[in-house]
Amino acid sequence: MSKKELNIFKLLAEKPWEASQAEIDNQHDGRTLDLSKAKLGVRTIMVVSTVIFSLFVVSYSDRMLVHDWRSLSEPWLLWINTAILILTSFVFHKAKIYSEKNEFEKAKNTLLLVGFLSFAFITGQLLVWQYYVNLGQYVSTNPANAFFYLFTALHGLHVLGGLFFWARATMKLFTKNYNIFKTKQAIELCATYWHFLLIVWFILFGLMIAT
Amino acid sequence: MTDEYTDNKLETKAADSSSGSYTPPAEAIPAKENPEQELYHAKSFWTKWVFCQDAKVIGIQYALTATAIGFIGLILSWGMRLQLGFPETFSFLGPATYYQSVTMHGMIMVIYLLTALFLGGFGNYLIPLMVGARDMVFPYVNMVSYWMFLVAVLVLLASFFVPGGPTGAGWTLYPPQAILPGTPGSEMGIVLMLVSLSLFVIGFTMGGLNYVITILQSRTRGMTLMRMPLTIWGIFTATVLALLAFPALFVACIMMTLDNLLGTSFFMPEIFTMGEKLDYAGGSPILFQHLFWFFGHPEVYIVALPAFGIVSDLISVHARKNVFGYRMMVWAIVIIGALSFIVWAHHMYVSGMNPWFGFFFATTTLIIAVPTAIKVYNWVLTLWRGNIHLTIPMLFSLGFIVTFVNGGITGLFLGNVIIDVPLSDTYFVVAHFHMVMGIAPLMVVFGAIYHWYPLITGRHLNQTLGKIHFWVTFVGAYAIYFPMHYLGFIGVPRRYFEMYDSPYMTSGVGLNQFITVAALIVGFTQFIFLYNIFTSWYKGEKSEKNPWKANSLEWHTPDYPPTHGNFGKELPVVYRWPYDFSVPGTDKEYIPQHVAPSEVPTAKAEQT
Amino acid sequence: MFVAIIFALIIVASIIFHFWSPWWWTPVASNWGNIDDTIILTFWVTGAVFVAVCLFMAYCVWAYRYRPDRKAEYKPEDKKLEFRLTWLTALGVVALLAPGLVVWNKYITVPENALKIEVVAYQWGWNYRLPGDDGVLGKTSVGLINDDNPFGLDINDPNSKDDILVMDADLHLEINQPVKVELRSLDVLHNFYVPQFRAKMDTLPGIITYYWFTPEKKGEYEILCAEYCGTGHYAMRGFVQVDEKKDYSDWLAKQISFEKMLAKKELKNLLIAEK
Repeated sequence: MSKKELNIFKLLAEKPWEASQAEIDNQHDGRTLDLSKAKLGVRTIMVVSTVIFSLFVVSYSDRMLVHDWRSLSEPWLLWINTAILILTSFVFHKAKIYSEKNEFEKAKNTLLLVGFLSFAFITGQLLVWQYYVNLGQYVSTNPANAFFYLFTALHGLHVLGGLFFWARATMKLFTKNYNIFKTKQAIELCATYWHFLLIVWFILFGLMIAT
Repeated sequence: MTDEYTDNKLETKAADSSSGSYTPPAEAIPAKENPEQELYHAKSFWTKWVFCQDAKVIGIQYALTATAIGFIGLILSWGMRLQLGFPETFSFLGPATYYQSVTMHGMIMVIYLLTALFLGGFGNYLIPLMVGARDMVFPYVNMVSYWMFLVAVLVLLASFFVPGGPTGAGWTLYPPQAILPGTPGSEMGIVLMLVSLSLFVIGFTMGGLNYVITILQSRTRGMTLMRMPLTIWGIFTATVLALLAFPALFVACIMMTLDNLLGTSFFMPEIFTMGEKLDYAGGSPILFQHLFWFFGHPEVYIVALPAFGIVSDLISVHARKNVFGYRMMVWAIVIIGALSFIVWAHHMYVSGMNPWFGFFFATTTLIIAVPTAIKVYNWVLTLWRGNIHLTIPMLFSLGFIVTFVNGGITGLFLGNVIIDVPLSDTYFVVAHFHMVMGIAPLMVVFGAIYHWYPLITGRHLNQTLGKIHFWVTFVGAYAIYFPMHYLGFIGVPRRYFEMYDSPYMTSGVGLNQFITVAALIVGFTQFIFLYNIFTSWYKGEKSEKNPWKANSLEWHTPDYPPTHGNFGKELPVVYRWPYDFSVPGTDKEYIPQHVAPSEVPTAKAEQT
Repeated sequence: MFVAIIFALIIVASIIFHFWSPWWWTPVASNWGNIDDTIILTFWVTGAVFVAVCLFMAYCVWAYRYRPDRKAEYKPEDKKLEFRLTWLTALGVVALLAPGLVVWNKYITVPENALKIEVVAYQWGWNYRLPGDDGVLGKTSVGLINDDNPFGLDINDPNSKDDILVMDADLHLEINQPVKVELRSLDVLHNFYVPQFRAKMDTLPGIITYYWFTPEKKGEYEILCAEYCGTGHYAMRGFVQVDEKKDYSDWLAKQISFEKMLAKKELKNLLIAEK
């Protein structure tokens, strides 16, 4: 039976020792979900990252309530960075569409643009740090600052980690004989990851401007 | 590795099962849908034994590293016990060293020994073999996972050699104390500890990714989830817990590192110490405790669930009887895993958190007792009307049941919020958690090693030494921790370097001396075990294939012990659950999972 | 045979140890005898389960030990039995939990007439503050602590003037007078624990925690710190003396109020300045 059992309660109610169940089970191909392992891997990583960021958000909301909290004023640069990140995500989406249509030459160029934009984003974030440091807003000046630096640093590290896999995917397009399926999948997964990072940034940034 | 397998390939298969009245014959083998995995083949000594991508070797690497660091933890405990039992005779430990030993002992045993051994060691070795896979899905990541673990261990060991020594903050590392000068090791020790833990979490996440995805996606044909041995269910659920719980430890570690190094105030309130006011303000020490225990409680089950799974299989195999209530066992594992995320604050009843939380967490905590009790009943009922071989794995399983029930019921004391008030932070707690997540899981570890050692090496461990090891360890450990509860009733607080002049301790002096002597004997016996492991490796009695007559796939590989790639040319096809022992209507005493119904002499009778 | 007997013996030895061991809790000296009752109840219920399960296990090991001619039963599950065991366990759990929660409710509900006193914990010792005649403790802050003001009292708060400061690890309490201890820490976590009173709670820097009890037995009891607080944790002791009303008043009369202490200090400073 190739139909995947998605109802977990039904699955857990199976009686594996019964002959009638055995007949069904014998047809099972050994996979639980219709997902490639790479996709599942990326999703698992995203779940783990979500837990990490959620716990930070919870800590943030807890710490915020103490009277010594002084919110930072967000510089305009941060809005530009946000715009860059949105653009990156959009361009990555285009790259994915190109690769799906097998237009790899176009995909290659858009991927390079993604890389450029991502590095621009990182640089932008570093500039924001510099801006705050010049204002005398160090990490230990106020808990709001500490969270700001922590959030941007962690998000930045996630972007850098993504760039590692972006580089591997892009390099494939520059080699002569690349595996089309693998390359497509790599581009697709990276695109998903970039959208995830955008959503994370929306939540973190939204939290910081809302408070 | 290829992953060409895409969604469109499924559709061709869906046709035959959906065509209403058509029932496939029991023998029908589904077309091979999982593409054969391209294995990475080692070319040199280095890639075969050191930077190896074979899960079996990685499992052994994990197990050896964890055991090595575990013995350091054991030796640290001797120092502590000597100080507690004979404070006048053995005065080589000062209070600072004592607290450092306590901390390192706790952290090593919980994280670097038990977690790494169950998931990294047994998980790596058994998952691919038991689900019928050639290897983990991401072997390279799996290798990196081990090396991250090794680096984490080395960083931890390095903290013994830095100025100020390792941290002495207690394994819970509660701020503000953990990073203030009143605690030993607050200079470099605590930083190294936090870094080591963060590395461990990152490394573990890589491994965990492998375990979960291998179990979900890389099983062999016919291996449904409900046909998996309970060992795999335990490891699977524990890994999911770990993937969701370790981030909390990671977050807490990062924030505490920043508090320590950069002077932020995440967990640090206004503090006046050593005659001056520190620069911290406004942080919440309770927030750390919430984060820590949000990790810390699932951590208990990260250790316990694999033990539950493994012991179920050991009992079943050695009692020649199917696990009683397999489905109930799986449900219990899943329910316990889910509940373990909403009970964490039972470690914090007297921490000063909002007292109303006590009602909620006491209720959830005691609810966990129900699925846990069911597991115990089912283990005992598996023995009932079995045909019990008193082999060493079976002895350890019996020892597990006794110690686990004992440690479990004292959990009902501590989980019930009002009873926790007098007993928390006393030796009752120490006795409880050593019994339930120290001794009980270790019983399973030992049982599992005696059980699977022949699979790994092709040789048996020495039986006489094994029996000595079991009886001394079991009776000795029970003699250490059962009376220790009573010290807690008296009111002796834990983490006390000495209490000469207090009436609480003077009444318990004899008991403490007894416990110390027992601890030394039990500890020494572990060296006999170590000796047994190393000598049997090349001198042990040769084992024939499948010496315990077990059904699960790991015993039925073409090569014995299994070699790289596990299953030779063809992956096995699974036709039954792993517990077909003493099936009525056939003269075979046991029917391995990969034996087709037609190969069984007399057809299996319909059973409900 | 041999194995089953040893397992059974271990269980029997445990029971014997329980009844004959000289190690048991100290007689309760507060109103929290209820806590002891809950423990005893839990002890009997869980103890019975422990003994039953382990003896049953030992019996199985003996009765179903390996024999070549024996064939184990084949029974994947028994829904009825499992269902019954589940409900029985659930019932047992409710029986343990319900009384526990009732007592906990009492523990966190402070009676109106309780005397508020403050326990100040630091590395590694105890100080106390009593509210004085107005019955109210003045405001404090860690930032205000200095040599002249070791408790960090707010001088501008009128309630703080008559607060009585006990700069000593010994505390006296009046018998049968409910007390609400408000716990404060200057540095790290501590825990104010007197085994005979059965009650405890962590002290945290930055937050005031509390619990209440009524001392019901005269005598001197040792205070232990029950939350690890650094190298000196084990040495962080103190004493509570539960007195009759008269003795308590005598002790109280000897203590010094914040106002008086400030005056004394000022006098001293003046003297130094004159020199």
